[in-house]
Amino acid sequence: MADYTIKVRRYQPESGDPAYWEEFNVELDPSLSVLDGLLQAKDREDGSLAVRCSCRAAICGSCGMKVNGQSTLGCKTQIGEAQEQADKMASALGTTADVASTPIRGVGGGTEGTESGPDIETATIPAGGPVPIVIEPMGNMPVIKDLVTDMESTHWTKIRRVTPWLLPHGEAPEREYIVEPESMIDITQSMACIQCGACVSSCLSMEADPLFIGPAALAKAYRFVGDPRDAETSERLTDLAHDPHGIYDCTHCFSCVDACPKGVAPMDQIMRLRRKAGENGIEDPNSGHSHEMAFVNIIEKKGTLDESLLLQESFAPGVLGKLMPTKRAIKEMIGSLPTAVRGIKTGKMRSLPKLIPGVHHKLPGGAQDDVKAIYKHAEEHNEEFNLYIKGEEGELADEPDIEKGAERSTSPANAEAK
Amino acid sequence: MMADQIKVAYWPGCVSRGFTPELHGSMAIVAQKLGIELVELDRANCSGAGVIAEHNQELADTLNARTFALAQQTGLSMMNICSTCQGAQSECQQRLDADSGYRAHINEVLSGQGLSYERSEDGSWNNKNFLWLLVEDYGLDRLAAQVKRPLSGLRVGPFYGCYIVRPKERLGYNQYPDRDIYLEKVIETLGGQIVEYDGARKCCGFPVITMNRETSLTQAGTHVGDAIDAGADCLVTPCPLCHLNLDMQQPEAAKVVNRDLGLAVLHLPQLVGLALGATPKELGMGKHIASTKWVEERLTAVPA
Repeated sequence: MADYTIKVRRYQPESGDPAYWEEFNVELDPSLSVLDGLLQAKDREDGSLAVRCSCRAAICGSCGMKVNGQSTLGCKTQIGEAQEQADKMASALGTTADVASTPIRGVGGGTEGTESGPDIETATIPAGGPVPIVIEPMGNMPVIKDLVTDMESTHWTKIRRVTPWLLPHGEAPEREYIVEPESMIDITQSMACIQCGACVSSCLSMEADPLFIGPAALAKAYRFVGDPRDAETSERLTDLAHDPHGIYDCTHCFSCVDACPKGVAPMDQIMRLRRKAGENGIEDPNSGHSHEMAFVNIIEKKGTLDESLLLQESFAPGVLGKLMPTKRAIKEMIGSLPTAVRGIKTGKMRSLPKLIPGVHHKLPGGAQDDVKAIYKHAEEHNEEFNLYIKGEEGELADEPDIEKGAERSTSPANAEAK
Repeated sequence: MMADQIKVAYWPGCVSRGFTPELHGSMAIVAQKLGIELVELDRANCSGAGVIAEHNQELADTLNARTFALAQQTGLSMMNICSTCQGAQSECQQRLDADSGYRAHINEVLSGQGLSYERSEDGSWNNKNFLWLLVEDYGLDRLAAQVKRPLSGLRVGPFYGCYIVRPKERLGYNQYPDRDIYLEKVIETLGGQIVEYDGARKCCGFPVITMNRETSLTQAGTHVGDAIDAGADCLVTPCPLCHLNLDMQQPEAAKVVNRDLGLAVLHLPQLVGLALGATPKELGMGKHIASTKWVEERLTAVPA
């Protein structure tokens, strides 16, 4: 048993007051969960503390919340580990940051610390004193009460947005669909989603653009794009690529990958949607596909990035893009001029390769040919090695029957068990 | 590890030799002052920044296996100065290390170039961002001893870049759990004051600058604004791509978030270099878009 202080962001709409922080002292084994701590506080101190939960086993997806700023499930986060994280972040800020002088509001929003004057020190966290575990409702969602959020507008509406059901070929068969098990393995990762919303809560694109379809819904979209029974693959991809808040609005920050309690890695599914869109020859008005192709082609020719050429080829790809530039291309190119002028002024961009697209040097010696040889091979193969499905060799390394390229495991259980 | 002389195979990345040339220059100065020997991998290729992997995963894995193999040929571990390179390369390395069959397949392609990537069973060969190398291999005590001009009174906001903080499992956080507080440690070691603000581990927005300029610059502008509100004199970042959005695009970001900005953004080697006694001019700070004058003024208040 150990003592913990949990600092909960509370909000009751009926009170008319703004949100506030309240601290509770709880006592439980470090191996128990943050949710257990909250339920103890609710049981012993304040029955009005609102938190949504059910299974306590990371299956139902009800108790999404932020613990020390990290979106997660309350029931899947051990309180001992949460304390270690809180201690670590407090120690990082050391003595120079002002966190140590933050006035503590006592339980019930007491008045200590609100009085101004030299005696405020008595109400500050002493250096090395207990660091509270900070618990907040999920982000990117309206709060209904305390830790209970409204998932309708930013989660369920977006899930419905991607048509989350099968759109099959022709008439439905009389009995079940017959598919090769191998053809379904590809989507097992996205099928593991429990709709908890932790990824949505953590999404840094959605924080800047609330209209972004978001990680949960796009992972769900891949679940149907990758399903061999679905007949609308190209339509789905076109829709998601053309939407300015679709697959090309993901800022590749990995927040959802770390937030997901089930290993779905929504960002990886978004990257697979982009790859499939490219394979299906879908050109989008957001320069998503042209940016990807420009990048890939530049490295084949130059080995390192020609930034000027990337900009030009992303907005106005190829001869056609330059002869008949789109309105967006003209707008974006003109929009980038002030930045370029500033770069020339400071000397940042004052050289021909930086000013003129395509002047950038190649890798020295025969190195560029080596890069081209790699392209030639990979464009023919284009294999995806999904660790979620294939697992790490690790404990299987001693097995005698591991052959080159052989698939050892097709079960996601490996990744789950880690 | 506190080897007397650190020598690494050095991958500077593309942007440090492109739109942020001051990064490449300042790293050379700092390495010399710290006594870190850099063997530059001038034949190595772009890490793909995640974009090549988005197009063709095997292509990205093979290209980065090539870079690793070039580094291993020198007999040295690898160092990079770009969070994005670190993230993209670690992703490929994780797949290559996970499966001997897959690795053999990739190495077959490289064999035509006389190259081969070997998994390091004990982790003795590794690829580290300068920030990681500075804390884990060079050591903060040793760094503290080199400080000629403590950054006393300079209020510095850390900005990590997503690719060296997430995903934790892939980036060695099991072995080095403090990697997401190294910038704070370095700032403190150099005598500066840490500024806590909301954006330190968030996304600069650069990856979507081409596809959704508004989302991108909203992110950059918000983080810079938050740091200013928290009292920062400057930000420091180990990622040149973050620098592009936070510094080069800062005037444009200011328009999007509709407020005045104007906050210096230093590359990690520049901040270290200032404390080691290098001049702002040597460190290329004049090349920045957001003026670094205020940082220079605060520093000259302390005798060099």
